[in-house]
Amino acid sequence: MAVPAQADSARVPSHRRLGRLRRTLAPISDARGMTRTMLWLGAGITLAFVLIALFAPVIAPYEFDTFRANGQRFPQLEAPSSDHLMGTNVQSTDVLSRIIWGTQTELKVVLVSLFFSILIGVPLGLFSGYFGGKLDRVLVLLMDALLVFPFLLLAIVIAFLLADKVGQGILTAAIAITVVYIPLYFRVVRNHTISIREEPFVEAARALGARPLTVIRKYVFFNVVQNVPPLATLNAADAILTLAALGFLGYGIQPTDGAEWGYDVNRAVSDAASGIWWTGLFPGLAIVLLVVGLTLLGEGLSETINPVLRKRAKVDVDLGPASEHKADVE
Amino acid sequence: MASQGTSLRQYALTRIALVIPMVLILLTLVFLLMRVAPGDPISSSLGGRVPQEEVERIKAELGYDRPIYVQYAEYLADIARGDFGTAITDRREIRDIIKENGAATLELTFFAMIVAIVVGVLFGLLAGRYRDTWIDGGGRLFGIVIYAMPVFFLGLMAQLFFGSYLGWLPTSDRASPIVDATLETHTNIYTIDTIINRDWDAFVDVSKHLILPAVTLGLVTAGVFIRLVRVNVIRTMKDDYIEAARARGIDERSVVYHHAFRNALVPVITIVGLTVALLLSGAVLTETTFNWPGIGKTLIDYLENRDYTAVQGIVVVFALIVVLASLIIDFVNAYIDPRIRY
Repeated sequence: MAVPAQADSARVPSHRRLGRLRRTLAPISDARGMTRTMLWLGAGITLAFVLIALFAPVIAPYEFDTFRANGQRFPQLEAPSSDHLMGTNVQSTDVLSRIIWGTQTELKVVLVSLFFSILIGVPLGLFSGYFGGKLDRVLVLLMDALLVFPFLLLAIVIAFLLADKVGQGILTAAIAITVVYIPLYFRVVRNHTISIREEPFVEAARALGARPLTVIRKYVFFNVVQNVPPLATLNAADAILTLAALGFLGYGIQPTDGAEWGYDVNRAVSDAASGIWWTGLFPGLAIVLLVVGLTLLGEGLSETINPVLRKRAKVDVDLGPASEHKADVE
Repeated sequence: MASQGTSLRQYALTRIALVIPMVLILLTLVFLLMRVAPGDPISSSLGGRVPQEEVERIKAELGYDRPIYVQYAEYLADIARGDFGTAITDRREIRDIIKENGAATLELTFFAMIVAIVVGVLFGLLAGRYRDTWIDGGGRLFGIVIYAMPVFFLGLMAQLFFGSYLGWLPTSDRASPIVDATLETHTNIYTIDTIINRDWDAFVDVSKHLILPAVTLGLVTAGVFIRLVRVNVIRTMKDDYIEAARARGIDERSVVYHHAFRNALVPVITIVGLTVALLLSGAVLTETTFNWPGIGKTLIDYLENRDYTAVQGIVVVFALIVVLASLIIDFVNAYIDPRIRY
C-alpha cells in the first residue's frame, strides 16, 4: 500500500505541492463558529474597499478636489442631498468623492509601508535570531527602544522631519509608518527564529552540513513566515489608524495631492460646533469600517493558524464496538 | 527564605542597569533625528522672521555653532541635570511646559485610565467567562469597533452629540473662560485646585470639561484591556488548578470569581504600564480634538512653528516617562510574581 503512494508522489511533485498548499489552507476551511464568521466578514469588507480603490475613477461622482461642475460652484457645507449623497464640505468638494478617492490613498500608503516593514523587518529578525551574537544584541536594544517609544509620536516626528526634505506625500507617510512597524516584525520573527533554531530538524540539517543560509532559507524561513500574514493584516489595520492620525494632525498627505480621511475629520472638527455632522461622520466611518474589516480578517487568520485558539468542526468518530468493550472493562 | 529579599533587590538593580542603555539609545535617537533635519534648528524656527545676525547670535548663545559631538555631550549633560532646554519661539523653559501643560495631560490621562480599566476589565471578564455566547460576541465586537475607532473621530462624534445636539457638555478647553482666568492654581490639576479652593461651582465647571475628553480617550484605550482580559480568562479557565478546584466540588460561581478572575487580572498591571505609551499617543490626538492644553497639544503647536528645541525637549520627556513607566511596572510585577525574578 505504501509503496505505490510513494511512487505516485514522486512522479507528480506538483500534486504534492498542491497538497501542501491545501494543508496550509486547511485550517481556514476548517474554521468554525465565530472564527469563520470573523474571517469571511473581514475578508468581505477588505475586498470591498480594495474594489472601491481600484474602481475609484468609475465610481466616484467627482474628482477628490472638484468644487465646481458645469460652470457652477458647489454649495459650501451642503447637507446630504441627491446631488451630493454625503453632502459637501467647507471647500465645496463632494464628501462622497473624497471618501472614494481616499480609499486609494489609504491602501496605497498601507501597502507601501507594509511592504517595506516586512522587507526590512523579517530578514533582520531571521538573521539576528539565527546568528545571535553582538549584532543581535545591538539590534534588540535598538528595536526595543523604538518599540517603547509612543509609536504615533515617532511617526509624527519622522513625518515632520521628512516633510521638509521629501515633501508631504504618500512616500513620506509610508516611511514614517514603516519605521514604526519594523521593530514589530523584527521582534516576532527573531523570537520565533530562536525557538526554531533549536528544533531537531534544524539541528539535523546543520549536522548534515547545510550552510547557514540554506538552513535559514529552507527550514527556518517557512516556519517563521507563517506568523507574518495575520500580523501583517492586523498591522495594516493599525497602519490605517496611524495614517489617519498623521492626517488629522496635519502630517499626512498634502491636501492638494489626494484625499485622506484623517485630514477630512480634522477639517470637520470646526464644523461640529455648528452641528454639521456629515463632513466628519462619513470619513470617520470609512476609517472605522476598513479597520474593522482588516482586524476581523487578521484576528480570524491568527485564530485559525494558532492551534491554541483554534476551534475545529466537530467530527463524529465511530469507535465501533471496541469502545463498548473498553467501557465493559472499566 | 532569606535569599528572596536579596534576589528582589538584585533584580531591581539589574533592571535599572538595563534601563541606562535604553535611555541612552532613545536620547541619541532623538538627537540624531532632530539633527538630520535640513539646516540648523535655529534658522528653521526663526528663519525669515528675525534678521540674520540675530539668528547667528541666538545660535551662538544656545551653542549650535559648536561641533556636533560637543553639542551631543552638552545635550546629555543637560538632560542628566534635568534641564530639557528652552523653546526658541516663545522662550518658555521645557521644564515649565512640563509643569503646567503636563498637569493637564496627567489629569486627562489619569481619568481616561480609570475609564479604560473599569470598562475594559468588566467587558473582558464577561466576554471571557461566557465565551462563544452572544455576550462574548458583543464584547468582542465592542472591543474591535472601539479599537478601530480613531480617538479623534470618537471625540468628534461625542462633541456633535453631547455638545451641539444635546448641549449638555462643553466640547473644548479645560474650563470656561471666566473660571480659567480666575482660578487660583496650586497643582495645575484643575479638579484638585478647585477642591483646594473650595470653589464648587468651578469644580463642576472643570469636571464637565473633563468628561468628554477623558471618556473618549478612556473608551479607546479600553479595547486593549478587553482583548487581554478575555484571552486571560479563557486561558486561566483551562488551567489545571481550575480543574482541581472544580474536582474538589467548589461551585462554578466561586471557581470563576475567586480562582479564575483573580489570576486573569494579574497581567492587567503589565498592560497598564504598556498603555502609558498608548495613552500618550492618544493624548496628543485627544488634546488636539478637544483643544485641551496638555503637553500633546503643546507639542503639536511647537511642531507647527518648527520649534526644534521645544519639540526635542518634549519628545525627550515623553521617552523618559515611557521608560520610567515600564521600569515601575516591572518592579511591581517582580514584587507580585516571584517567578519573574530568577
